[in-house]
Amino acid sequence: MQFGLNESQEILKQNARQFFAGECPMTHVRRLAESKQPYDPALWSKMAAQGYTGIIFPERYDGLGLGKVELILLMEEAGRALLPGPFWSTVALAGAVIDAVATDAQKTRYLAPICRGEVRSTLALLEAGAAWDLADAKLAANGKLTGEKLFVLDADVADFILVAAQSGVVLVEAQAPGLSITPMPALDLTRNFYAVQFKETPAEKLGDGVNLARALDIATAALVAEMVGGMQRVLDLTVDYAKMRKQFGKPIGTFQAVQHQCADMYLETESSRSAAYYAAWALEHDARDAATATSIAKMYASDACRQVGNRGIQIHGGNGFAWENDLHLYYRRAKTSETMLGDATFHRERIARLVIDPVPTSCGGNDRSSR
Amino acid sequence: MDLNLTSEEIQFRDEFRPWLATNVPADWAERREESLDSRFEYLRAWQRKLFEGGWTGVSWPKQYGGRGANLMLQVIFWQEMALASAPPMANTLGLGLIGPTIIAFGTEAQKTRYLAKILSAEEIWCQGFSEPNAGSDLASLQTEARLDGNFYVVNGLKTWNSYGWVADWCELVVRTDPNLPKHKGLTVLLVDMKSPGIIVRPLRQITGESEFAEVSFRDVRVPVENVVGNVNQGWDVAIGTLMHERGTFGAGLQITFRRNIERLIELAGQLRRNGKSAAQDPLVRQKLAQCYAEIEVMRWNQMRAFSRISAAGVPGPEGSIQKIFWSELNQRLQQVAQELLGSYGQLAGISPHSVDKGIWAYGYLRSRGNTIEAGTSEIQRNIIGHFVLGLPRSY
Repeated sequence: MQFGLNESQEILKQNARQFFAGECPMTHVRRLAESKQPYDPALWSKMAAQGYTGIIFPERYDGLGLGKVELILLMEEAGRALLPGPFWSTVALAGAVIDAVATDAQKTRYLAPICRGEVRSTLALLEAGAAWDLADAKLAANGKLTGEKLFVLDADVADFILVAAQSGVVLVEAQAPGLSITPMPALDLTRNFYAVQFKETPAEKLGDGVNLARALDIATAALVAEMVGGMQRVLDLTVDYAKMRKQFGKPIGTFQAVQHQCADMYLETESSRSAAYYAAWALEHDARDAATATSIAKMYASDACRQVGNRGIQIHGGNGFAWENDLHLYYRRAKTSETMLGDATFHRERIARLVIDPVPTSCGGNDRSSR
Repeated sequence: MDLNLTSEEIQFRDEFRPWLATNVPADWAERREESLDSRFEYLRAWQRKLFEGGWTGVSWPKQYGGRGANLMLQVIFWQEMALASAPPMANTLGLGLIGPTIIAFGTEAQKTRYLAKILSAEEIWCQGFSEPNAGSDLASLQTEARLDGNFYVVNGLKTWNSYGWVADWCELVVRTDPNLPKHKGLTVLLVDMKSPGIIVRPLRQITGESEFAEVSFRDVRVPVENVVGNVNQGWDVAIGTLMHERGTFGAGLQITFRRNIERLIELAGQLRRNGKSAAQDPLVRQKLAQCYAEIEVMRWNQMRAFSRISAAGVPGPEGSIQKIFWSELNQRLQQVAQELLGSYGQLAGISPHSVDKGIWAYGYLRSRGNTIEAGTSEIQRNIIGHFVLGLPRSY
């Protein structure tokens, strides 16, 4: 048993860190955020050239064919850099859904261009009730789609939008008639939400949709990894600040009231990382506890990323409250991520369903639609 | 990253598991309620049996009676012991702390003299570290040892000695040079507890038991060959011991916690809340799920830490969070147990109405010690702050 990264995994992580440090520094993140530009096409092309847009998808669709652990390492570094734009929604969410539910022909048509970096996509899941349960995706699709989806990430830059409908997953082209997309201005300055209306909009059914729960678990684990990267950055910024900032003639990191908060940030970050890595491994190997592990990771990280952000701002004092400081950009992203795909309370209930309630063996405790 | 067991690990597990199935004493569950004193010989006999089967000291060198295997097998050993609900071994501190310290710092003669008898439980060990005025600030300890020919003459008072009441030997930290800075003048001695001048007084604790003792030393003569490591460099030896205290020791703990949460889930199905099964109460479900999840996170943290130790030979930074994590988690778990059990939670084992022979009332009280023993949570956070994050020393 070896829970550490192997050599090629270490190299991938280091390369990703260097790539984002060079191509997506905080000055660039701020420029995009303040210009309301949803993403940087030039950066997207460079990421595609690295193979990042096809990291977990089969080579026959022009992907890299790597595993979920590799995806998690990449997402962690993207989160550390606070990468703006539709990378998670295109690759870890829409890409994973297409890979899980679509037919071979559909994958050639939709997944391959994602891998090549030619298109962007997302998944529309939430409706007016704002529930993450798949059973609450009530929109009916029968060749045509009518109704509304809310909180759809990156919808305005998507070349096609996947929609979780009552009958399964359907795909709507960006140019389709009857489709309208309106912004839902929110906390996160580096990632945008939209309301998406359909009116007699043509929609293509993707496969049978039975593996949607598993695809959402992959997206969830990837999101947790992104949160871990953000937590790590906030921890690093805070520890640096505690070493540099002096009060009463000493660095404030000398005081245990500050030091112990830093220690807790470290504990919360490392524990979230352990959970993200384990969930990725369990998903990669279809372990029996893959669904439970994913929910545990999201539950733990959802609470932890909020606490790490709270502590980071508190230790920075007035500076942590200032617009110029990068902390609030991470804090905003963390709050959005905390809710996305279910907050801690949602996942605790899912864990309860998986480990407290007797589970019929036929679905192996892996069925997200029953949660 | 490969979380599957290697063929060597599987082979070890597949040999040990059936051995345990045959050899774990059947009456342990009943004996658990006896006083520590009366069950000690039972635990000693059990360790002897493990020793004779070749299972003690999995990662200790072969020439001193160990198995010479890697750390992962030692981890699997603790896990299998917990899975089999096996009784603990009598010589807990000898096996977990003092043996590894002697392996790391001892002379050849000391290794030959002491190690095998630790494994066989022929000689039981305790630690003489804390003093009434030296707890977290261990280096301020005052028990002194004066050189007199080929002997050190020890005077002082030690407290919170686990197993002090039954120990044959003690790993004792003493001050050999009061003129040096506090960390520099310490030395570690191996002391025969039958030496004249030693008085052991049991300490009664919050649970009513006496796990710990106070040990006084008056002109106790210890031969110079019983120094471990170098004179006046005992701090390094003591810290080495404490590192082990945070080592593989906890590997079985996660399984014990897992068993506890599974039992609580089972009990939730039998208890009532708001007119329905407690297992259907949303708040109970949230709290049980939180505990279940944290126990899994503890397991994954441990797996990462053990992997790091076995690959790099030294504990990684995540090792330092283990103690805080398990001790504070156990307190939360015990609190959830109390909330779930309600009025039953307080019952002692002798009550005919007690649940699980009173282990929840006992566990609730005992868990308060978890964040104090083996380095308080505050000290652990200082260690992370200073040694892991590189913040300035706070004291």
